[in-house]
Amino acid sequence: MTISPSASGQLRFLPVARPGAGEVTFRLPSPDQPFVRGTLTTPVGKVPQVRAGLNLRDRLGSWLARWNIGRMHFTVEPGLYALGRPDEHSPVLVSANYKMSFDVLRSALPGRDLWILVLDTKGINVWCAAGKGTFGTLELLDRIQASRLEEVVSHRRLIVPQLGAPGLAAHEIRRHSGFRVIYGPVMASDLPRFLDNGCRAEPGMRVKDFPLSERLVLVPVEVMQALRVGLPLILVLLAVSGLARNLAYGRAVEVHGLPMALAVLAGILAGTVMTPLLLPWIPGRFFSGKGVLTGLVCFAGIFGFLRHRWPEQGLMESMALLLVTLTIASWFAMAFTGATTYTSPGGVRREMLRAIPLQAAALIIGLGLWLTALFS
Amino acid sequence: MSELTYLEDVVSLAYDRNRCIGCGMCVTVCPHQVFALQRGRADMVARNHCMECGACMRNCPAGAITVEAGEGCVRGVINELLGIEGPCC
Repeated sequence: MTISPSASGQLRFLPVARPGAGEVTFRLPSPDQPFVRGTLTTPVGKVPQVRAGLNLRDRLGSWLARWNIGRMHFTVEPGLYALGRPDEHSPVLVSANYKMSFDVLRSALPGRDLWILVLDTKGINVWCAAGKGTFGTLELLDRIQASRLEEVVSHRRLIVPQLGAPGLAAHEIRRHSGFRVIYGPVMASDLPRFLDNGCRAEPGMRVKDFPLSERLVLVPVEVMQALRVGLPLILVLLAVSGLARNLAYGRAVEVHGLPMALAVLAGILAGTVMTPLLLPWIPGRFFSGKGVLTGLVCFAGIFGFLRHRWPEQGLMESMALLLVTLTIASWFAMAFTGATTYTSPGGVRREMLRAIPLQAAALIIGLGLWLTALFS
Repeated sequence: MSELTYLEDVVSLAYDRNRCIGCGMCVTVCPHQVFALQRGRADMVARNHCMECGACMRNCPAGAITVEAGEGCVRGVINELLGIEGPCC
């Protein structure tokens, strides 16, 4: 099936071009993947059959991805999979080829018989991929065709995660493939109840909240990404601090460099750990403002404890350290908007246009004061 | 914990109630319950909860909803402001 020119006019807003725009070649995913336990013979060939349970290797992969290790290469092959022993009447669930998404889905459905159609989202989770359009109308149409799904199942229904909706138009899928999209719950863990309810969502299943547990799992990635910038910055600042006037290099690093390194780390701690965890309880709407508040707390905590180690530190240098902590905290708190479940691009744009000039000024003044304190 | 809300009066969400056919797709796909079906048509009941994901616009068969959907991350906005195509999340 191909999309007619008149129909493609209605698909013009989709960011991804239909590759080749011609016939899609039939292809089943390789059974040679560690989570595949066998194959299921179907009218179109042997479909890989996956385990519902997660083993140590699956869990380790997810844990590493949470620490930003191998996260962009944590994928499964796109295409059709079987969970349990599905037949032509079994439901078809659509997912992304980020392995964590796929694992969350299959592990939520032990003892069930159903089909999983994995879209090629370039290893990105459903919601983010939907925002980018890779979890989208054209990809789903192509994947239906490439899997010859209409020969595998006799019904014409697809259960698509609700958070995939930004990427695809249910009415377009129906028009071009004959498959009716049923939007499933936000959370895969609600799928068993959703399926048992005859594919009806209870009210709470449609809402995306952002509880502490979900904010907590995001913290490691935020910390790792911040350190990728923060550690080189700290090394540069330590190297510069050694050149301070009137002191031997090593002693100068100890007296001026270490507090500055701590100031940077305090900012990262405030922006990437404290702000996400305490998010609903920190006053204010602007994330950059929340970061200033948590930055103040972290700065006061750390330097309150260690103040006695640098008795000769002057006011100018203390102010410099404070400004650096607040700026870094504010920046990384603002960056956390990208990971939340409720901030809008329009809001982030407005916040950035207001905050970045202030952050830049604070950083320049902070570093300026520091250099002045060290070298004059 | 009460519902988290970001900045107010900033989203680009626009809705033409006259075009609504009452199918309820916007109510279904919105993860923040911005729309509710009332007397056979959708009403925008919580505009400030909109995160501009674009799910309602894309799934509205009547074309009654428009929103400047995009990726709400700092990197994405920097790329957009600088006019470059770059990697995001």
